[in-house]
Amino acid sequence: MSACLEVRDLARAFGGVRAVDGASFSVLPGEVRGLIGPNGAGKTTVINLVSGLLAPSGGAILVEGREVQGLAPHRVASSGVARTFQNIRLFLDLTALDNVLVGQHRLRHPSLPSRLLGLPASRAEERQARERAAALLERVGLAERVHERARNLSYGEQRRVEIARALASEPRLLLLDEPTAGMNPVEVQAVAALIRQVAADGRSVLLVEHNVRLVMGVCDAITVLNFGKLIAEGRPAEVARDPAVVTAYLGTAK
Amino acid sequence: MMEGLADLYATYQSTLAYIGLNGLLALSIYTSLSCGQLALGNAGFAAIGAYAAALLTMNAGAPFPLALAAAAVVPALVAIPLGLPVLRLKGIFLAIATIGFGEVVRIGLVNWDYVNGAQGLVAIPQKASVGLIWIVLAAATLLLWRLRGSKWGFALEAIRQDEPAARTMGIDTASYKLAMLMLGAALAGLAGGLEAHFTFMVAPNGFGFSRVVDMLVFAVVGGIASVWGPLFGASFLTVLPEAMRDLAPLLGIEPGPLRMLVNGLILLAVILFLPQGLVSLGARWRERRAARARRAA
Amino acid sequence: MQQVVNGIFLGSIYALFALGYTLVFGVLDILNLAHAAVFMLAAFVALALVGHGLHILAAFPLAVLGAGLLGVLLERVAFRPLRARADSNISGLISSLAMATIFEAVAYLVWGPNVSRFPFGTIPESQFHLGGAVISRLQVTIIGVAVALFVALTWLVTRTRLGREVRAVAESPRAARVLGVDVDRVIAWSFLISSALGGAAGVLYALAFNAIQPDMGRGVELKGLAVIVLGGMGSMPGAVVAGFALGLTEVFVVANLGASWRDAVSFAGLFLILVLRPRGLFGAAALREA
Repeated sequence: MSACLEVRDLARAFGGVRAVDGASFSVLPGEVRGLIGPNGAGKTTVINLVSGLLAPSGGAILVEGREVQGLAPHRVASSGVARTFQNIRLFLDLTALDNVLVGQHRLRHPSLPSRLLGLPASRAEERQARERAAALLERVGLAERVHERARNLSYGEQRRVEIARALASEPRLLLLDEPTAGMNPVEVQAVAALIRQVAADGRSVLLVEHNVRLVMGVCDAITVLNFGKLIAEGRPAEVARDPAVVTAYLGTAK
Repeated sequence: MMEGLADLYATYQSTLAYIGLNGLLALSIYTSLSCGQLALGNAGFAAIGAYAAALLTMNAGAPFPLALAAAAVVPALVAIPLGLPVLRLKGIFLAIATIGFGEVVRIGLVNWDYVNGAQGLVAIPQKASVGLIWIVLAAATLLLWRLRGSKWGFALEAIRQDEPAARTMGIDTASYKLAMLMLGAALAGLAGGLEAHFTFMVAPNGFGFSRVVDMLVFAVVGGIASVWGPLFGASFLTVLPEAMRDLAPLLGIEPGPLRMLVNGLILLAVILFLPQGLVSLGARWRERRAARARRAA
Repeated sequence: MQQVVNGIFLGSIYALFALGYTLVFGVLDILNLAHAAVFMLAAFVALALVGHGLHILAAFPLAVLGAGLLGVLLERVAFRPLRARADSNISGLISSLAMATIFEAVAYLVWGPNVSRFPFGTIPESQFHLGGAVISRLQVTIIGVAVALFVALTWLVTRTRLGREVRAVAESPRAARVLGVDVDRVIAWSFLISSALGGAAGVLYALAFNAIQPDMGRGVELKGLAVIVLGGMGSMPGAVVAGFALGLTEVFVVANLGASWRDAVSFAGLFLILVLRPRGLFGAAALREA
């Protein structure tokens, strides 16, 4: 089976600091892959490189066999990649629903003249889009908050809207950057269940997370980075026993 | 009764025309602002539109509709080579580069003998009526209003609020920004073409930096959260000097400086206290009344 | 040779104006579009003081001080209230535009739209020759004052405690605050110095051409913009060099192509630099390298 995401010798330096230093790993279709490591290990940089917000200084990134390294983010997105952000980046002045509608951007193909004239065809297209968006918000447990402005939502709710917004583009690969940071245990459970559902739909998930329990519970496999280099890889139970991982985390384990 | 209306129309024809023209110019600034770009080259685009249309009707004998189409299309085409490099600039730098563009256009026209340099073009056939100006304005308003809430409207809003995040959602932000710059250029050009055929003259110095400042002030004073703000701002600030014309002698000062002073004070008050513009006053007032009603209940 | 002298003379005024412009830009990332209005008002204040019988040598520093205080007022009214806003650089640009309009309106109301001139005898008329060029004492004085102000400013920014604080705020207001810098005070001082420099340029410009009008700042405003972009936003040495370069170029363009092309130089230059090399000729040589 060919990989959904394949990362080869990926490298990125900031000034003289090598944030990512020759990392290679792949994520299979329908797999939930954890990406963990101590602070500053380069996890978020990997997410930024894969989603195209940063260009790598070396190496290759393949999404479903096609090279995407160095492409503009919107091109990466149209090859089926969606993401959330560590420091939530919702469109705060838009409602939860409208945020998810923005997420549907690449799937919608309305006709401009029809929209300008308010023809039935465009109204039907918009109604469908809104229904899909509302269904997604319901799926992340926000059915009651659909028309709330994003800035009025709680931290946990904002994170869930962001996940719904990312899912709205029906991605082949979902990049989640600390999706449960700041959430209460009940919300964390819900997100864990959601991640498994997403994988069950055949989508791949790359999960950066500090909550070790969540990572161990939800991931099929884990990749461990330290100082931008891959130091371990395998099933959660194997990785947890790996001496290199234990050493890297000593003192910083949560 | 009808006669009275006709008199009123004759008296205020020019004001009515300028409400429409200024409305178009305010919308032309709003188009770029709606995706977060402060582009201030619109006086230059208006000049290009005005000259393109006027030269077509005067020197080529082109029918007016064709000239008006050129007034929109030529500036929009000029916006492409301008936009490709400058839209990579952020915030203030984009504003400065586009101010530079506007001045280059003006100075170029001053030095172009074929169009009489600083004298400008005179005796342009008067083809644009107040009605036509308002029809064009209505069409532009409809276009921009219907864009909001559509896929493209959400994309613009997303770009305005967080451009990198918008890009990861598959939005080709560069194309959107260029499209809005072109649309703004077309609207400004239309206003220029209409103005030339309404006042039957154009001169380069009518399209200087202070003209684009006026456009920005219309949009900001009205409010840039919706298409109605720029329209309201343009109408309000076009009518206000007319209303103040009788006030100036009472205060013993000249109307020109009084108008500047009042404009400056209004702009300052809006930017400090009403960042959403004057149109947000209505919403505020409704909210306050609703709150009072709730308390009373 | 004559043109070189004229160019240096014009350039020193541009440089002085742009130096103040770029100082605030370097610290606040804000374009203060009222800078040219301060330039104009300072000229009028000097005129009024001379009109009251003061010698120009006394009127000049007083007008410069007045300009500085105007800068502090500007900062309090138009910039400080907006500082917390997310789009403070754009809303600051707009509020400074509002202040510029108000200042200009005040000048119209007080002094009228016509050209005002210094009374006869304010300006020494004597001239001398240097290598084929005719130089007036006034020109020498203006260049001298400008150079003295450059030196003073460089000393202030590089050698004093205030200068260090200004550079710290320019680098990162938040970090400066953590280090115990009173950011509001530093910004107020930056405005004072910036506007004083703009005012000095205004008085010198008015003396040089002996013409003061409420809209005299407009042309200089856009040229100042060109100068700070050419020199690199926030770069003080860049502003000085670019100011002189623009002055010299303009004089040569007027001599060789005609007066109507003069302004094309600055805007075409501004435009090309932003497109080709947005950091300016002097790269990222921001304030910290001053």
